[in-house]
Amino acid sequence: MSETRYTDQHEWIRLDGDEATVGITRYAAESLGDVVFVELPAAGKAIAAGGEAAVVESVKAASDIYAPASGTVSASNAALEAAPAKVNEDPEGEGWFFKLKGVNRDEFAGLMDAAAYKTFVDGL
Amino acid sequence: MTDDTLRRTPLYALHLELGGKMVPFAGYEMPVQYPAGILKEHLHTREKAGLFDVSHMGQGFLSGDVNALERVTPADVAGLKDGMQRYGLLLTPEGTIKDDFMFSRLAGEADLYLVVNAGGKEADFAYIDAALKGAAKVTPRFDRALLALQGPAAEAVLARHAPGVADLTFMKVIRATVAGAPAIVSRTGYTGEDGFEISVAGADAEKVARALLGAPEVLPIGLGARDSLRLEAGLCLYGHDIDDTVDPAEAALLWSIGKRRREAKDFPGAEKTLGGVAARKLVGIRPEGRAPAREGAEIVKDGRIIGKVTSGGFGPSLNAPVAMGYVETAFAADGTAVELMVRGRPLPAAVGKLPFVPHNYRR
Repeated sequence: MSETRYTDQHEWIRLDGDEATVGITRYAAESLGDVVFVELPAAGKAIAAGGEAAVVESVKAASDIYAPASGTVSASNAALEAAPAKVNEDPEGEGWFFKLKGVNRDEFAGLMDAAAYKTFVDGL
Repeated sequence: MTDDTLRRTPLYALHLELGGKMVPFAGYEMPVQYPAGILKEHLHTREKAGLFDVSHMGQGFLSGDVNALERVTPADVAGLKDGMQRYGLLLTPEGTIKDDFMFSRLAGEADLYLVVNAGGKEADFAYIDAALKGAAKVTPRFDRALLALQGPAAEAVLARHAPGVADLTFMKVIRATVAGAPAIVSRTGYTGEDGFEISVAGADAEKVARALLGAPEVLPIGLGARDSLRLEAGLCLYGHDIDDTVDPAEAALLWSIGKRRREAKDFPGAEKTLGGVAARKLVGIRPEGRAPAREGAEIVKDGRIIGKVTSGGFGPSLNAPVAMGYVETAFAADGTAVELMVRGRPLPAAVGKLPFVPHNYRR
């Protein structure tokens, strides 16, 4: 069974067994506008929670994507290279950015759940 | 976030109604995009037509000995024929670029109609007044609205509301009635496409905008797509690609200097601007791959910094990143391989011809 958490930087992280998938939320995708390029981390890269993990470029600007929790990159979404618009079309599904192994469970547990994130976004 | 000091154009309420995402720009609250988004707005303008609110720009009329404007611009003002508009540079006393602007001689009228950039409009007009020492004087008309209708369908759309405009060719300007409102209509724009700029009284702006938006070919277009359109068209943005640190030669804008002015060398900085080889030059740059290089990115050749990107982003019509920037003149030739520093890493790129997308003007 998978479990999803959210950061105040509008990333989501879905833990499924011992691997987690990371992307940006619909709110983030809508704020960025049309995504035209995504720079993804290489597999094997260890990233600390809050560390710069990826870059997403919209027509207007570049934004850093941070790791929601510490872990080691196990895969990145190569489909985004040819089709970055997937980030806008399906940000919390096909538009995922990268996967992490060895995720720090305490950090994960400390993130917002769906209800808390919704409250957070509603207050923005 | 709201800022009480920001000004609004007469179309502010319409922008909100259309779902515009408002951002601060040059002291105004302006729509950066509408719900369609920058990519669609950009592509739609190149395919059909887009309506832009550019009422933040500075309109005014110069009256008196209007040809005295040549004291602050190297453009040929005296030679501008009735019914024509022209691009000009406003120069500092040192001959660097204080702003760029459009000026028009409306048929049968003594005054020149001016449009300067939004960011420095008060300062520009004060500067012109001071330099002309009473020979001529600007009457600012910041109360007027300015709409741009751009794209291949612009003529057909505008002609439905303003018979006669189809006869205009590029850079012509007339007084006309648009959707019942008295207007100044010029066949110009800032997208590289055919199109018109339409100046109307602020009170008429919404009526005219609604009439044009009523056409099935027309979408409202925000500042985001305006920027990507002009960048693909190789058109300079003041404060980014040109400013008071560069002269017309460096900015590759010598074409805007009238032939008579070039021979007379009678404008600020003429000796330097016309004197020889500029140390650096504004060029187009095509990054390889899909990663855009943004304003400020260093341009590197053989490990040495040779320049800086002044505008950079993604060109939706090219489906590729595009940039403009200054390089040392030795590296300004088309096809010169360079590298752009993006997030600390060199990104391969090549100097490329401007415009990136061919201009589609009605000659």
